[in-house]
Amino acid sequence: MAGSWLSRVMEMLVADQQTDDAPLTASKRSEAVDEATEALIEPKGDALVGRAVTINRPRSELYAYWRDFSNLATVMENVERIDILDERRSHWVVKAPGGRTVEWTAAITEEQEGRMIAWASEEGAEVPNSGRVDFRDAGARGTVVTATILYDPPAGTIGKLIAKLFQREPGIQARRDLRRFKQLMETGEIATGARNRAELEKEQN
Amino acid sequence: MRALTWHGKHDVRVETVDDPEIVNPRDAIIKVTATAICGSDLHLYDGYIPTMQAGDILGHEFMGEVVDVGPRSTLKKGQKVVVPFTIACGACYHCGKHQYSACDNGLPADNQDIAQAAYGQPMSGLFGYSHMTGGYAGGQAEYVRVPFSDVGPIVVPDDIDDEKVLFLSDILPTGWQAAEYAEIEPGDTVAVWGCGPVGLFAVQSAFLMGAERVIAIDHFPHRLELARRFGAETINFEESATYEALMEMTGGIGPDAVIDAVGLEAHGLFVDNVIDQIKASTFLGTDRIHSIRQAIIACRKGGRVSMPAVYGGFVDKFPLGAFMEKGLTMKTGQTHVQHYMPALLAAVLEGKIDTTFLISHRMPLEDAAKGYKIFHDKQNEVTKIVLKPDLAIA
Repeated sequence: MAGSWLSRVMEMLVADQQTDDAPLTASKRSEAVDEATEALIEPKGDALVGRAVTINRPRSELYAYWRDFSNLATVMENVERIDILDERRSHWVVKAPGGRTVEWTAAITEEQEGRMIAWASEEGAEVPNSGRVDFRDAGARGTVVTATILYDPPAGTIGKLIAKLFQREPGIQARRDLRRFKQLMETGEIATGARNRAELEKEQN
Repeated sequence: MRALTWHGKHDVRVETVDDPEIVNPRDAIIKVTATAICGSDLHLYDGYIPTMQAGDILGHEFMGEVVDVGPRSTLKKGQKVVVPFTIACGACYHCGKHQYSACDNGLPADNQDIAQAAYGQPMSGLFGYSHMTGGYAGGQAEYVRVPFSDVGPIVVPDDIDDEKVLFLSDILPTGWQAAEYAEIEPGDTVAVWGCGPVGLFAVQSAFLMGAERVIAIDHFPHRLELARRFGAETINFEESATYEALMEMTGGIGPDAVIDAVGLEAHGLFVDNVIDQIKASTFLGTDRIHSIRQAIIACRKGGRVSMPAVYGGFVDKFPLGAFMEKGLTMKTGQTHVQHYMPALLAAVLEGKIDTTFLISHRMPLEDAAKGYKIFHDKQNEVTKIVLKPDLAIA
């Protein structure tokens, strides 16, 4: 239940005496973030990314699209491909800075039909990561989709800086990917300024 | 195809570029029959708008014939359409509220970062107006790719003259929205800064909405004359002191509503304006805002401020105290073109609104670079330039 997740967050907030209602991903106090995220996600790194987007479609439809991981390469710009291994496991091939790719196998650690999917990378991942996506009803506005991701940046802080320069930084990427997901779900296509197919191909590489 | 491309400050060229194609299912390709140079294109020409790239095709006021459609377009080949300058999806929350220029999905995901950083949230896409607004190729070209063609373009009768409907794409709805945002009540006096196309359409719209008097302010005699033709009284700010004139003309009250149709490149030798201009040219500030300052000071207590004028960044010396103390209300924003088009098309077809008076020059697309130069240099005589790809080169 989404409710239990929220109540766990609230407990953490109370424990740390946070005096506002802002989400943890906006917190300026790193200890609070560390403690609270450990309760939410199986920790596979220490860089935290959180993004929320409101999508004008029903929760069940958005969940169903997301749960079929093979769909995600369409909206995730840096994902080269996702191979479904079985009902719970998938293999990800992702573009990294400098023309490299990184790979990992991810397994679903928890899921609630229509509401939440959590995952964590398995042993041997080049970029260990874990996270969860929550789908919450937003009345006439549709559904609020929140992605919370923890990852271990390649080569630490410098790797993160370099990644930012190349715009392969998960924070920026997560926001763009969620926007593309919203566009595809709401409009049936992903917006592009490309004038023709050749320009579109250039944009996508 | 041939297209007008931007290369830098005061450097635009007509060049041969790759043709557009259908890229997304809801796209259509329009063969342009008429396209205009907008006053806001001069902001690009003068280098005021960031995130431009060499080779960008300009133009956001255009119409033409549908020549190709994607599988989810509702248009048919051969139809004559006018295209709104705002690119909106029709499916998001904001489009549902008819706030089309606030569309969530008009901008490509990557382009949204800049607008989000600058404004807090990204806005809709725009044709031919920098990469912050999507990097979409514009309409000063032989062909244009039009996204979301099932929502944006409005089909017009085949036999209607292009010049009668072209301005539905931007300036007519913009002038109309400006007057609507002034929340005009019967008996009101409305003052309009700037007698460019938007200001002139705002004058016309204000009278249609029941204003008793409209006072138009500019310094180009020919433009003031056009405003007078619609029944406006005029103030030439080079000959008369605007605030004093407005106060006297309204019996010491001030106008009930004020409309700023000038924007970030205000003309005039006023102290604040000269300082703004120096700051803008040295990148210490971005916008020149003389007209909106003056409009707020002149507006009557409890009055309304409508601001169709384009601003992009930060300003100094905004009269926030006057705005608060007098209890003014301001409405502004890019135009929700798709919302206004059907009613305004009907008004044009019924002959209630005429827009053709505005056109001072007609040129082939090949001469577009010359068009920019004369529009920039001779704003008294040049009120509107319409480019027609098929027009014979003089």
